[in-house]
Amino acid sequence: MTKLIYFAWVRERIGKTEEDIDLPAEVKTVRDLLLWLKSRGEEFESALQHPEVIRVAINQEHVDHREAVAGAREIALFPPMTGG
Amino acid sequence: MNAAVVPMVRIQAADFDVAAEIARLTQGRADIGAVVTFTGLCRDEQGSLSALELEHYPGMAEAEIARIAGEAIARWPLSGITVIHRFGRIRPGENIVLVVAASTHRQAAFDGASFLMDYLKSRAPFWKKEHRIDGSEGGWVDARESDEIAAARWAGQ
Repeated sequence: MTKLIYFAWVRERIGKTEEDIDLPAEVKTVRDLLLWLKSRGEEFESALQHPEVIRVAINQEHVDHREAVAGAREIALFPPMTGG
Repeated sequence: MNAAVVPMVRIQAADFDVAAEIARLTQGRADIGAVVTFTGLCRDEQGSLSALELEHYPGMAEAEIARIAGEAIARWPLSGITVIHRFGRIRPGENIVLVVAASTHRQAAFDGASFLMDYLKSRAPFWKKEHRIDGSEGGWVDARESDEIAAARWAGQ
């Protein structure tokens, strides 16, 4: 099981803060994950309509979309950051 | 060189006291010759904003800021770093973020503080949502391209 966590407008559009999920075998990279999630319903379609803008962290570290998801305990999806 | 420098990172809802944080960093030390602080405050956007709601990723926020502080310590001869970032509802005029950088000479403290803020803006997992004075939700603040450019300028050095 992998824990998926959502923040800011990604969280609002998906309608939940987190979920535990068994990732299908064909989901090998972050990009695969975003495209697969997008097919899970209209709330995911709305949150991930432009997957290239979504930032991703695996086990609380930033990764790019080519990163492998194998072994990830926690994957977070969020918009570009606006702190400071 | 200065591997002994352990940055202090705090993520909190409560406000902070800039003078107290400077004192905490310099207390009992005679080797520090320069302290630079940066405080980021909530603007009212020409009177239209009633509050900002700051969301963060607990755990990663602390870890990412500590990583950024570690990069600053590796690049400049810093004597100490404090970063405090608030979350929750923050009203115009209130503090959002504090960076304190201390060093023997001023340039490292200026550069270290500037680098910390530039990186924090584009890498620390915080998101701002606006609440308008008329009661409407202003939506999520968009990331600024100028912040990305500001962070990128340190990469070539």
